[in-house]
Amino acid sequence: MLGIVRQKMLGQSLLKIRPAISVLRSYSSAAKQMTVREALNSALDEEMSADPKVFLMGEEVGEYQGAYKISKGLLEKYGPERVLDTPITEAGFAGIGVGAAYYGLKPVVEFMTFNFSMQAIDHIINSAAKSNYMSAGQMSVPIVFRGPNGAAAGVGAQHSQCYASWYASCPGLKVLSPYSSEDARGLLKAAIRDPDPVVFLENELLYGESFPVSDEVLDSSFCLPVGKAKIERKGKDVTITAFSKMVGYALKAAEILEKEGIDAEVINLRSIRPLDRSTINASVRKTNRLITVEEGFPQHGVGAEICASVVEESFAYLDAPVERIAGADVPMPYAANLERMAVPQVEDIVRAAKRACYRAVPLAAAA
Amino acid sequence: MALSRLASSSSRSADLLKPLCSAISLRRPISTDTTPITVETSVPFTSHQCDTPSRSVQTNAKELFTFFRDMALMRRMEIAADSLYKAKLIRGFCHLYDGQEAVAVGMEAAITKKDCIITAYRDHCTFVARGGTLLEVFAELMGRQAGCSRGKGGSMHFYKKDSNFYGGHGIVGAQVPLGCGLAFAQKYSKDEAVTFALYGDGAANQGQLFEALNISALWDLPAILVCENNHYGMGTAEWRAAKSPAYYKRGDYAPGLKVDGMDAFAVKQACTFAKEHALKNGPIILEMDTYRYHGHSMSDPGSTYRTRDEITGVRQERDPVERIRKLILSHDLATEKELKDIEKEIRKEVDDAIAQAKENPLPESSELFTNVYAKGLGVESFGADRKEVRAILP
Repeated sequence: MLGIVRQKMLGQSLLKIRPAISVLRSYSSAAKQMTVREALNSALDEEMSADPKVFLMGEEVGEYQGAYKISKGLLEKYGPERVLDTPITEAGFAGIGVGAAYYGLKPVVEFMTFNFSMQAIDHIINSAAKSNYMSAGQMSVPIVFRGPNGAAAGVGAQHSQCYASWYASCPGLKVLSPYSSEDARGLLKAAIRDPDPVVFLENELLYGESFPVSDEVLDSSFCLPVGKAKIERKGKDVTITAFSKMVGYALKAAEILEKEGIDAEVINLRSIRPLDRSTINASVRKTNRLITVEEGFPQHGVGAEICASVVEESFAYLDAPVERIAGADVPMPYAANLERMAVPQVEDIVRAAKRACYRAVPLAAAA
Repeated sequence: MALSRLASSSSRSADLLKPLCSAISLRRPISTDTTPITVETSVPFTSHQCDTPSRSVQTNAKELFTFFRDMALMRRMEIAADSLYKAKLIRGFCHLYDGQEAVAVGMEAAITKKDCIITAYRDHCTFVARGGTLLEVFAELMGRQAGCSRGKGGSMHFYKKDSNFYGGHGIVGAQVPLGCGLAFAQKYSKDEAVTFALYGDGAANQGQLFEALNISALWDLPAILVCENNHYGMGTAEWRAAKSPAYYKRGDYAPGLKVDGMDAFAVKQACTFAKEHALKNGPIILEMDTYRYHGHSMSDPGSTYRTRDEITGVRQERDPVERIRKLILSHDLATEKELKDIEKEIRKEVDDAIAQAKENPLPESSELFTNVYAKGLGVESFGADRKEVRAILP
């Protein structure tokens, strides 16, 4: 399926994807490249350096250097008191993390994937998200739960679920999902600095992806605002919302659509909760058409919420029904052809955009 | 002459009375008397993988009176809460602690406010032991602004962070990993203090407890797991829920102590011992053998799964307040009447707090939207009809 997603930043003609070993070398005109992995690692490193209350806890984060090498080098730099390898007991260590946050520390709890967070979900929701409210402000919980979310490649049904809509439905939580290295750095720093519990949904297949990063992004004080989406590509004909890996797909779809005379605006949500309804609605009021894209299950998903928001706030501006592209409504299959059908592809986004623009779309062959 | 004899005899009796009067007035300062008194715990301690502390406990008159007063206050408070619930001024859940007061009071006597306590939903008395006021209790139970959680938590969600009391948790067993997390943070911050994580015999079988204990033992956390074994998890007796109801042994590699939880001095001694142990050696389990007079909650009469004889038996033989009363009387520190007067004072205190709480207003409607986040970022939140009710989160 998709081993490595090729990424071209529109409007920046000369960038090639290079292995990002050369992050520290500075060229006067070319932007530096950084993988998402390096972005997360550097963000963790800088925040741990800046605030002694920040510590990292999870399975294999220490001696193994991280199951996906996100925490590489951190044990050596900060020692076993601040980088803690846990047993495979999510309920236990998530609860311990929340308790430490009650006391005033700033834990970063890693789930090897968010599928395993279900073992600890009571602590995320009932012990973390609701505490500030139930205690009328006495017990704030400055914790970050992070890890890969959604489908990887060929890992099957129990290891492929996207939890964005589950966590984003819960008041008291903040839910962030980065796409690029800039997102990864800025949002993780914002999450660690935030006094509320943050669910930080990464993507395994993006870890190795390189993106250009400016000097501003590389600065240790860099931080992105929580609750603000980014318009990755400006357009006037149709709005496409996406988060995480799907942003890359939406951008590719936009390229294809451009050749067919459809100018798509791509919004990278960055923040699932709080959802940047004003940016989304402003965009739809401009384009009058909306496609929502997500990897997760369609029912009660992120796209459903975005659609409802737009219907409530901007109904008069819609020239076509809102289109939802989401993962298939089935557990993730293993066989490569079925897996391909279970996750959105670029052509799905293109087709939906054409439908929204009333372009004739050839009927699909009977299944 | 008869009159004069009478007069002289009366003056003589007056003389006789005088020293007694002054003896009685000498009794007042006894409540602050710190001359050591030694008491024996009711039964010896039983241990698992550790030594037992001594049965002889040092105390003094001041402490005895504090114990009596505090436990009698808690007793009165819980009984008053029962009436308020039946009068429908308290809604939802109400889990009462009467019978178990010695655990809260004995523990508090052994520790400082730097040590943390976390418990489940039977938390009213633990909150008071940590310094919470009666008004905060009754107002919170009735959902009023003066409540410790400003009316937004309810019976199961009392907190007092400035006294290191971390609640107040409704999910059975969740408070144990949270408590181990507090202990982690204390060790991380080098605070030289411990955390007491309280749970019941029902929660003792929760998997997350063993997960947290495992991590605490691996990382030498100053965590003390306290099983308040009142022998019934809601309506299920301990022998029906636990293959091994020897909760003090369930820590396996972690040492444990079995304690008479109806004896405030045994509790105090055990907690002192446990604190010293945990600071040096990591987690330890205390099993407090205690009893609740009420049912699990106000919706449970408490008599369908245990006999009335059992309940009255415990009340007669092991009541924690009565134990202290007897100690005070046997050491001649006060008369029955003086203790009854203290109880009358307490009753009035409780009644006054209830009256004050009843006058206290419900929260403002705007409070629906406060404290969702510590930092709301100006995002919008919605009421049931979002076209009608929206708010910017502070």
